[in-house]
Parts: sequence; structure tokens; C-alpha cells
Amino acid sequence: MREFDYRRAHDVPGALALLDADPEARFLGGGTNLVDLMKTGVERPARLVDVRDLPLDRVESTPDGGLRIGATVTNSDLAAHPEVRRRYPALTQAVLAGASGQLRNMATVGGNLLQRTRCGYFADVTKPCNKRVPGSGCPAVEGEHHNHAVLGASEHCVATHPSDMGVALAAFDAVVSYETPDGPGELPFADFYLPVGDTPHRETALPPGALITGVTLPPAPVAAHSRYRKVRERASYAFAIGSIAAALDVRDGVVHDVRLAFGAVASRPWRARTAERVLIGATADAENFAAAADAELAAARPLPHNAYKVTLMRNLVVAELTRLTEESAR
Amino acid sequence: MSSAPSSTYSAVTLTVNGEKHTLTVDHRTTLLDALRERLDLTGTKKGCDQGQCGACTVLVDGRRNVSCLQLAVAAEGREITTIEGVAEGDRLHPVQEAFLELDGYQCGYCTPGQICSAIAVIEEHAAGWPSAATDDVRPEAGPPPLTPEEIRERMSGNLCRCGAYVSIVEAVARAAADRSAAKEAAA
Repeated sequence: MREFDYRRAHDVPGALALLDADPEARFLGGGTNLVDLMKTGVERPARLVDVRDLPLDRVESTPDGGLRIGATVTNSDLAAHPEVRRRYPALTQAVLAGASGQLRNMATVGGNLLQRTRCGYFADVTKPCNKRVPGSGCPAVEGEHHNHAVLGASEHCVATHPSDMGVALAAFDAVVSYETPDGPGELPFADFYLPVGDTPHRETALPPGALITGVTLPPAPVAAHSRYRKVRERASYAFAIGSIAAALDVRDGVVHDVRLAFGAVASRPWRARTAERVLIGATADAENFAAAADAELAAARPLPHNAYKVTLMRNLVVAELTRLTEESAR
Repeated sequence: MSSAPSSTYSAVTLTVNGEKHTLTVDHRTTLLDALRERLDLTGTKKGCDQGQCGACTVLVDGRRNVSCLQLAVAAEGREITTIEGVAEGDRLHPVQEAFLELDGYQCGYCTPGQICSAIAVIEEHAAGWPSAATDDVRPEAGPPPLTPEEIRERMSGNLCRCGAYVSIVEAVARAAADRSAAKEAAA
């Protein structure tokens, strides 16, 4: 591991000043991803600015009935928060589906958004990777890609975003707040992650030197009736091969409101807006759920070893919307 | 910028099992290595060193963490409890007793991490935290019973290569049941 300077920040302006927009400096949250990547040499910062003591550790109701989640709230505290469990249960389920109890106690919301892909080529500094070393190539396209992207990828990178939490945030139209030395800013979740294109090393639209300060969830009555389901290669403590956040409001057998987002299928949590459009006003039945999934997945471009994900996501859409429909009928 | 000149090491004071230790650490030092190599607290074990096996689990401010991904310098100011600190003198922690009675181990290498994790699991459950095994996470649904399925999910961050899981689950269930019985008796 490269030697590095370490500073602990106590307020947001102090953190920004300590980072000093230095491309060789990194903010340190829980460290569950960054410290691991430093051990393997993927990350080689010259300075860490520890932000765990910043006063951004609260989950608060907003006047309009949404929630504001501070950037240093741990995954554990977010998942256990009564208002998250009551108003956005799929968010609690998504967070609890990720990592282990130990890691959730350490990991922060801001860090979760900025965690890096678990693509094996990205993690191995002896291999080419366009995300890690721009222009070096992507061995995954013709190599090991059974858990890589089927939506929104490019020939330059087929890595997936590993977050579970982000899938629920995408479904519920979260807005990411940040601070820079030039002042604050906001990014709707839909604009937070950049398209892959030919710049897979550029992952977010955050300005250089920016510090994520929090995530705001707008009020969403439909979210109170939501679920997150994660499919993985073992029962617990593994990354998804496919996941879904779904929220559904059925009135008189017709879809009144619906939210759908997919995980582990793209470089970002994938909001399934095409499927949502197909569903609004449609009869809530398995046939329409499947048609909506097919409309969304028509854009899928699977590789030889990950075509199963298209079927998996279709099945997940039908299964979870059917389950939510049955629950709302009770 | 008015900060101190760049440095790659710091003097830190770590509070471990109630005792303060001041030492100079290279910033690259993990809490795990500081405990084992500098403070001679070798009960905490190094397994994968990547946050994947749970052998290095300790309690930080009462919550379970993996000490291999925790930088020692960043642990300053926090209360660290290792397996050496969970008993009260010669009186074992009830979770230690349960692991002993029910054979919650074979080789024992993962056991300190399993026990630290289990102590926290029981507290997390008592505080009403749901898990990925909980069907209805809404607060109105109330806390889920600590079934074997719940225990397996909550303990999934601790691997046991001997495969002593059956007894580990029994030991956690026993310790949790004893704890709630004791709470009820005291109430």
C-alpha cells in the first residue's frame, strides 16, 4: 500500500479544505470499499480526509413528508430507522440485503453511492481495465462476464454497479446533495451516474472535490407498499446477480402508481421507466407485468454468459409485482 | 491551507477493553494489525484481511466491525472491545458460555470473531433491528422472533471453515434466550 497522509475533518468546510480538490486525495467514510481497494493497489491516495465525524449522521423528516438522510448515516442506522421502514420499506430491505452486519455498521450512505464495481478485472491491477486505466481495454467482454451488465453498457465496459441501497434510491427518485468549495449543489438520482460510453472511468456527475452531504427522498405514498428482492449465488452475504426494488399502488385492479428499479444489470442502479409507463393504467395481472418487463428489457444487449439475467429480471418483475398486488388485496 | 505538514504516521490513543494505549502508527496500519502486533491482543484473528470472513470482528462503540478494514488511526476516540475484554474477570460472557456448552466451534480460529459478532447480534435484535430474513420490516410488524433462519442471516458475515454452523446457531439462540429470560426476571 502506498503511504498516505491522514486528516480528520470535523465540519464540511474543513473537509473540503483538507481535500483541497486534490485528485490524489480521497474522503474516507466507513472505508469498507476504499481501504480494501488500497490494499489491492486499485486505489493509491496520497491523503485521506476522514469524514466520519462530520455532523451528517441524522435521518430527518422533511416538511413535505419525505426524508433527508445524512451522508455519514451508517447502513445499519438507515435500515433500522422507523420512518425508513414505515415509508420506504424497500430501502430498508435493500440495505439489509447488502454486505454483512459488520460492514453495514461501518459503511456510510455517501460511500455506498461512490463504491466501485466488483468486476474481477477492475479489482486485479495486473489486468487491463478501462475503468481503472482508461484505454487499456476490457477483458470482460470476451472473458468472465457471467455477472456483468446487460443494460446500458458499452464495448468499453460491461461492469455493474454493486449497490443494493442505490436500487431503492433510484426507484424513489432520490436527490443527492453535495458541497464544493464554490457552494452547494444537487443531482437527481437519474443524473448522478454518468452513461458508460467511452469514459467508464468517469462514474458520477459530481464536480471535482465535491463532498456528498446527504440524500433526500421526496414523499412517495406508493413507496409505503414496496419490496426489494435480491437474487444471488448463495443465500446471504453476496453481491446480486439480479435485484429489484418495486412499489405498487393498485386501485380497483388497475395500476395507479408503480416504481421499478433493477440492480446488478447495469453500470448504475437501473430505473425501469419504460416498464412503469406500460403499467400505469393497466390491469394488474401477470400478463401485463410480463409485457412491461419485456418492454424494458427490449434494450438489453446480453453477452454470451449473462443472457440469463434478461429472463431473471423478467421473472423478478412478474413475481414481485404479483406479490405486491396480492398483499394490497388483503 | 493552514494544516499541518503532510505526514504518513501519527501518534494515536486507542481505547481497548477500557485501557488507553498511546502508540505511533503508520497510517496504513489496520486496527487488526495494531491489536495483534502492537498491543499483543492476539485473540482477534486475521482470516481474509479483506472484510469477507469476519474472523477479525471486534466491537467499536458497542457495534461489531471488521477490524481489518478499520484503519487504526481512524479508530482514535472510539471504544474498542476485543474478545479479551468481553468476560468480567474470570466470569465468562454468557455468549462464551453458550459456545462452550454447545460446542460452537471445531478448530476455534473463527470463534473470537463469531462470539464478538454474536454478542452484537443479540443486542441488535433486542433493539428491534430487522434483518434480510425478516419478511415485514415495518415497525408496526414488531420485532421478528430470533429464529434459526434469522440467526443464520444475521451471522452470515462470520465464516467457519470447519462448518460448525449448526452448533453456532444453537449457541446464539441459547444465549439470546437466556438474556431475555434474565431481563424478564429482572423486570
